[in-house]
Amino acid sequence: MKLTVTGNVKEYADGLTVAKLIELEKVETPMYVTVSVNDEFIASGTFEETVLKEGDSIEFLYFMGGGQR
Amino acid sequence: MQIMITVRMKQTDYEAIVAHARKGLPNEACGLIAGKNDGDVKIVEKVYLLSNPDSSPEHFSIDPREQLTAVKDMRANGIVPLGNFHSHPATPARLSEEDIRLAYDSKASYLILTLADDPPALKAFGVAGGEVSEQGLEVVVS
Repeated sequence: MKLTVTGNVKEYADGLTVAKLIELEKVETPMYVTVSVNDEFIASGTFEETVLKEGDSIEFLYFMGGGQR
Repeated sequence: MQIMITVRMKQTDYEAIVAHARKGLPNEACGLIAGKNDGDVKIVEKVYLLSNPDSSPEHFSIDPREQLTAVKDMRANGIVPLGNFHSHPATPARLSEEDIRLAYDSKASYLILTLADDPPALKAFGVAGGEVSEQGLEVVVS
């Protein structure tokens, strides 16, 4: 199936989960990455069970924050 | 040998960041920078002035939905994410322990503007594996 991952169209095996995609894409520090699928944010606790489908568009966003403390 | 990264931005973008930071007082203000990589130089072509959902004078976070919108805009404009910026209303332009702890992207430049100085000083840093390196910061008159 074709997925658009961070703007690039790529071919993946059917049944791919968000967790597996993170692994395949070698996402750095994945525990701090927010994932959106078709502009909907996926709860981090559901990456293992969220199955992607043909045509999905996925974005990986790093949490960004900090402070002067 | 360590590579020295330099962030180059237009004077108008620096001024926009300062205005955004002042408008956000007493809270921290934040946003994203995007542009192009030219060797060791990051050329800022667009600054995204975003909200700080934390509404705090000591903390900021970037709203993921605003971040997503900005990333799509970058892609549409043929530019890439270069990092982020935030303001320190009353402390120096240096990365705090909190900033370092939350700097997850080793490729990003982390810019800090201090409003404690006049004119406000803007500095750039990289963070990899908890190690901080100051980067060059050039503000050019366009």
